[in-house]
Amino acid sequence: MKLSDIVSTGKKATREGFGAGFLEIGRQNPEVVGLTADLMGSLQMQHFFKEFPERFFQCGISEANMMGVAAGLATGGKIPYTGTFANFSTGRVYDQIRQSIAYSHKNVKICASHAGVTLGEDGATHQILEDIGMMRMLPGMVVINPCDYNQTKAATMAIAEYDGPVYLRFGRPSWPIFTPENQQFKIGKALHLASGKDVSIFATGHLVWTCIEAAQELAAEGISCEIINIHTIKPLDEEAILDSVSKTRAVVVAEEHQRNGGLGDAIANLLVHRLPVPMEYVGVNDSFGESGKPMELLDKYGLGKKDVLWAVKDVLDRKKG
Amino acid sequence: MADISKLHELCTQVRRDILRMVYAVQSGHPGASLGCTEFFVALYGAVMKHSPKPFRMEGKNQDLFFLSNGHISPVWYSVLSRSGYFPVPELATFRKINSRLQGHPATHEGLPGIRVASGSLGQGMSVAIGAALTKRLNGDKRWVFCLTGDGELQEGQCWEAMLFAAHHKVDNLIVTVDWNGQQIDGANDDVISLGNLPAKWKAFGWDVLILEHGNDLEKVIAMLRRAKRRTGKGKPVVILMKTEMGYGVDFMQGTHAWHGKAPNEEQFAKAMAQLPETALGDY
Repeated sequence: MKLSDIVSTGKKATREGFGAGFLEIGRQNPEVVGLTADLMGSLQMQHFFKEFPERFFQCGISEANMMGVAAGLATGGKIPYTGTFANFSTGRVYDQIRQSIAYSHKNVKICASHAGVTLGEDGATHQILEDIGMMRMLPGMVVINPCDYNQTKAATMAIAEYDGPVYLRFGRPSWPIFTPENQQFKIGKALHLASGKDVSIFATGHLVWTCIEAAQELAAEGISCEIINIHTIKPLDEEAILDSVSKTRAVVVAEEHQRNGGLGDAIANLLVHRLPVPMEYVGVNDSFGESGKPMELLDKYGLGKKDVLWAVKDVLDRKKG
Repeated sequence: MADISKLHELCTQVRRDILRMVYAVQSGHPGASLGCTEFFVALYGAVMKHSPKPFRMEGKNQDLFFLSNGHISPVWYSVLSRSGYFPVPELATFRKINSRLQGHPATHEGLPGIRVASGSLGQGMSVAIGAALTKRLNGDKRWVFCLTGDGELQEGQCWEAMLFAAHHKVDNLIVTVDWNGQQIDGANDDVISLGNLPAKWKAFGWDVLILEHGNDLEKVIAMLRRAKRRTGKGKPVVILMKTEMGYGVDFMQGTHAWHGKAPNEEQFAKAMAQLPETALGDY
């Protein structure tokens, strides 16, 4: 696809895509059940609850217990989807996930909304920026961070077909929609959004759109960016990454997450062994967030379009140098 | 039901197994393993409907058991093997490299009989509740059993689970608390007092049963059967089961000292002398 062909068809929150996908997979698969820790509305799980009240369990503000109950439901053959904010889906319950879900290889789908600084005004207590790192360190955990409403909906449905623990991360704000409706979602398969020859941009989550906007601006300056959407951070599509990098020999990775431990580190780990090239991170630099509007926060914490532009130019200088 | 004298003999053999396993690797948790021997023998030998072979993770139309205080794995492994889940000689691999008998129970190596890993405390009751909900959703009339330690109740997740089970009327669940009053650093009352435990469970909406003699096999069997009759009435059921840590070996009894300590050669010989060989035979 050409970069100029990528357009936004509207805006909706990725969490709304989750809510729509959860209802749809609930209709298709009677083994799917839901749990929430007092955040049904925030996660848009009310649609499923209204249609399947007997398959939905309100846990109250008790995330640790929710993860355990989900592990038990999975033991009996159900496919539980837990829903709470990303902060409470990971850091708060890391040991429950580690022992009762990951080590025990339970088929639990940990669905996490309000990830990153785009949660906005609630501030740093709720803006988790370490969750991808924590989850991808767990052996056997699949980690997915879709980029828009349509992709989140498709991912939400696709994970029911996979037998094993999954961390599905999405966000709060209304965000541009630019991937196709009713798309097929393949876990672990990177999506090639635009071809280019100068630099490979690997992006996940909200920042995929930011990178598209940056690349469109760079195209006007004669810089050709290849954009690849890494919606699945683990397992990483190594072949797609190496194919692109072997052509461009320069890399920018963008994610709404700490530079430590996220997609950038996953790709750096691959490239340092297989194909070392100049690389830049667009991510939060070892800092907590703060209250503010989503776009203000993205800008302040180094996750804006300007940061992608800078990273591309910097990496191209190093490539020449 | 199995002949009660056979179950008494099994209790003795399980105690021999526990001591031999822990002694062989000089690690493990003999105290509460010995204290819960009657409970495990009663559950697997006289109370639960269960099928060792083929072992199925989902356990449809069977009673399920979840161990929350995973450190007492020696007693569980012994009873599982002697109930036919895996070969008895495999007990010799306990805590050794490349074994399915991990220090704390795990599903990772595929040991039949284990449905979730435990060891990090406070998690098992939640998992048991989830399994009980699955049975309810599937119209499966069998029960889910869970054992938790008493010190373990200091974990906040236990109280979350208690609230949840009462709220959702999980009444096909029977939780037993190994109420031995001891934990690693000493008596519960010296570490963090649990206070009036029966009143607390009751206040959380559970049907509370108290078993004063958790090392009396017949009484454990009778209590577990009584608990089954109390299910299906809109409340989860808990048995607060008083046991003596280290029961069956005089110098290990009633103290926290043997929570996680292996006997030396002399202590081992002294302990084994109190547990006569059985027709079942050592592994």
